[in-house]
Amino acid sequence: MSDALQTIAEQVRAARAMRRPLRLRGGGSKDFYGGALQGHVLDLSGYSGIVEHEPSELVVTARCGTRIAELEATLERAGQCLAFEPPHFGPQATVGGMVAAGLSGPARASAGAVRDHVLGVRVMNAAGEMLEFGGRVMKNVAGFDLARLHAGSMGILGPILEVSLKVVPQPQATQTLFFECTEAKGIEALNRWAGIALPMSASLIHDQHLMVRLSGAEAALESARAKLGGEVLDPAAAATLWRAVREQTHPFFADDRRSLWRLSVPSTAPRLDLEGPQLIEWGGAQRWWRGEADFAVVCDKAAAVGGHATLFRTRLRQPGAPAFHPLSAVLQGLHERLKASMDPDHLFNPGRLVPTL
Amino acid sequence: MNRPINSSSSPSTRPTTNDTSSASRSLQSAAGTTSGNASGPQSLPLAGGASFLRKAEVVARLRRRLPANAVLHRAEDTTPYECDGLSAYRQTPMVVVLPASEDEVGYVLRECSALGVPVVARGAGTGLSGGALPHGEGVLLSLARLNRILSIDPLARIARVQPGVRNLAVSEAAAVHRLYYAPDPSSQIACTIGGNVAENAGGVHCLKYGLTVHNVLRVRGFTVTGELVEFGAEALDSSGLDLLALVIGSEGLLAVTTEVSLRLIPRPPLARCIMASFDTVESAGAAVAAVIAAGIIPAGLELMDRPAVQAVEHFVHAGYDTDAAAILLCESDGSELEVENEIARMQAVLGEAGASALRVSQSEEERLRFWAGRKAAFPAVGRISPDYYCMDGTIPRKHLADVLRFIAAMEQKYSLRCPNVFHAGDGNLHPLILFDANTEGELERTEAFAAEVLEKCVAVGGTITGEHGVGIEKINQMCVQFSAAELERFRAVKLAFDPAGLLNPGKNIPSLHRCAEYGRQHVSAGRLPFGDLPRF
Ligand SMILES: Cc1cc2nc3c(=O)[nH]c(=O)nc-3n(C[C@H](O)[C@H](O)[C@H](O)COP(=O)(O)OP(=O)(O)OC[C@H]3O[C@@H](n4cnc5c(N)ncnc54)[C@H](O)[C@@H]3O)c2cc1C
Repeated sequence: MSDALQTIAEQVRAARAMRRPLRLRGGGSKDFYGGALQGHVLDLSGYSGIVEHEPSELVVTARCGTRIAELEATLERAGQCLAFEPPHFGPQATVGGMVAAGLSGPARASAGAVRDHVLGVRVMNAAGEMLEFGGRVMKNVAGFDLARLHAGSMGILGPILEVSLKVVPQPQATQTLFFECTEAKGIEALNRWAGIALPMSASLIHDQHLMVRLSGAEAALESARAKLGGEVLDPAAAATLWRAVREQTHPFFADDRRSLWRLSVPSTAPRLDLEGPQLIEWGGAQRWWRGEADFAVVCDKAAAVGGHATLFRTRLRQPGAPAFHPLSAVLQGLHERLKASMDPDHLFNPGRLVPTL
Repeated sequence: MNRPINSSSSPSTRPTTNDTSSASRSLQSAAGTTSGNASGPQSLPLAGGASFLRKAEVVARLRRRLPANAVLHRAEDTTPYECDGLSAYRQTPMVVVLPASEDEVGYVLRECSALGVPVVARGAGTGLSGGALPHGEGVLLSLARLNRILSIDPLARIARVQPGVRNLAVSEAAAVHRLYYAPDPSSQIACTIGGNVAENAGGVHCLKYGLTVHNVLRVRGFTVTGELVEFGAEALDSSGLDLLALVIGSEGLLAVTTEVSLRLIPRPPLARCIMASFDTVESAGAAVAAVIAAGIIPAGLELMDRPAVQAVEHFVHAGYDTDAAAILLCESDGSELEVENEIARMQAVLGEAGASALRVSQSEEERLRFWAGRKAAFPAVGRISPDYYCMDGTIPRKHLADVLRFIAAMEQKYSLRCPNVFHAGDGNLHPLILFDANTEGELERTEAFAAEVLEKCVAVGGTITGEHGVGIEKINQMCVQFSAAELERFRAVKLAFDPAGLLNPGKNIPSLHRCAEYGRQHVSAGRLPFGDLPRF
């Protein structure tokens, strides 16, 4: 494996010598996501393998090119899982891409995001040197938390070569309840329920239906169901549904005639004034919207309720066009200075996270 | 070098309000004062006359906007701020400011950065690593007067608070909605949310409910130049790099926090606790791993060895088993059925792991008694020794027994006792070295003992600090844990936020020079990371 690493380091050094930007690529499953692709491909899929998994430590360490599917299968054999249910968006999806994209699945609102489970990273700087931040322990406050900073960085800080993640035991049981209700009523109910101790692990509002997944000990599910009412969804149908939402194969996502926007808002926010179908997750905090509108207009509407917008999937992605909500002037300045100090030659994934960086 | 904290104080004698007056400075170090050690690389040694003029200028500028009683400069007013919980390090600040509003904080920062004056933020001063140690030629910025809970939204489950609000006050205010703020450091009656954010504080319930970083949605504050900035949002994420994660745990080096949105969670209807006795510390350590391996995440999982148990039992009468070599406290929370189920599973695993006795709390009163002992552990230990020094390393759980044996060997080597009380579920150790600073050489032996333990933590793949921070205390060990290139990256981050190096200079991230002086080579787990790669 050290050969693979050697090759990566050489490519980084060569790129630096020639000031030729690199486009970091794991499995390419998230090529559609973020700013348009630029630069010479640096393939990271060859540096793969699970380095260490000790179930009693609740930690797994894997190289960036390891497929998410392989990682999840390993954890499953030990009765464990990634709590944040990362979307794969393709069988070739890798662990490095998962951390760099920072996307979390249906369990996000209750279990936390990718960043909440990153314990440590090994990364490469522009000189081809290996740096290690965080570690394999649950608590670590030595120095700044650069490990978490890499989650969702879209690779602009350089290649993530190895990650240590906190893992959790698989829930003993799950059950999905469904209700008929309006969007507004559904949002209100989900927020109310989140305030009483219930084992809610996912939620979905779409097409006049509210779905709630419960996960935990049998006993906990029974008492929760008694409190909530609703109909129980067939277990196989429920599993298919949550997978389809996570992987965006659900009919709402599959129809790509219009752009797909992700609106991340406070969970109690009212519906944004945007025409078109919506699918709501995360207890009201993640709202998917299908439609076409001016980027700035959508951003303004999301910002008005304290949230932000992402143009998640579009057939109309233009080079240099933003995918992510613009930063405030102060944050933009901090991003510029961070990038300048960590990647002064702008080698890594230009424009992928912030158009100017 | 590390300095001890004095043992003769207890949390009950610590400030219970946000008032950082001299009365609240109960920690007095028998180890004496070490003035002047706070000078960071940026401090300019000024001659007496020049520093007097400088001080007069700073005071005058600050008083243009702040009332006279919010700008302190006489020794009798500034001395109470000379140290935090690591009281062996002392330094009177040039000026203390006590702003009462966010605007005033912004003003102070703008003036200080224009004048090139270092600024050290301070919450309640309970930090154990000297993070709030003042700068001798700087301003100590107390956030204690920003102590209002601005709003609690029970439906969204969010509390908006100012940084000077005490940790426990948040849960008290949210209790009417049956909600609470999960991170619960043992110092929670005194420590502030601003300090918790700066240290990424943890508590006994972290294993299940996370650290500060998992429970904070948004931090508002100022950059060193007084620009208002927001990290995170009341949504679950925000655009760009996750600077919220970067700012949490940054020990006041990157920004000054003036408002925080905290995630509240529902209080579980029931909690019960098991007290398990073990004949050896090793088997107790192994039982911790067995519980986790069985797929159980306890609400709390704490270990105390016999010396700690005996000290505590004399002090609080918690009903602990004083014959056991070690006891574990293992808590379950949730609905009645869930708890009943989980307690049964925990009992089975602990029994199989060799527990010699198991007691399950039969009432809320009994459960609180079990915890009262754990929470009083530090003051209890303080009663059996003139001084103690609390360490804070974290290790992979599988090395618990090994590291505990190592600590026992160090007790022999240095002829010092060292009871252990710690967050076993997280692998976060708090060995307490007992010493008497008035006995010739004990302080030095304590420091050498502590340094060996922290370096052992790094050697087994752990870290030099799990929750108390680096501050000034562990700055040398940073050179052991990180390579030159890694430290360079930390400095790059600092530079991006604070190019002039005015916010809390000299803390957390050691200078190149400092590491050269300490003379330690960073070696991780006995090998260089990626030793197979050529180094540049
Ligand atoms: C008896 C005892 C028990 C403890 N138990 C625990 C425990 O269980 N878990 C744990 O994690 N810690 C524990 N601690 C350590 C300490 O209480 C925590 O680190 C706490 O978070 C510090 O809060 P504070 O308000 O006292 O901060 P301070 O000590 O005043 O400051 C700490 C750091 O935060 C910075 N800071 C403070 N306010 C701000 C602000 N508004 N903006 C920017 N920076 C700021 C300071 O510059 C300093 O670097 C304990 C301490 C004691 C004395």
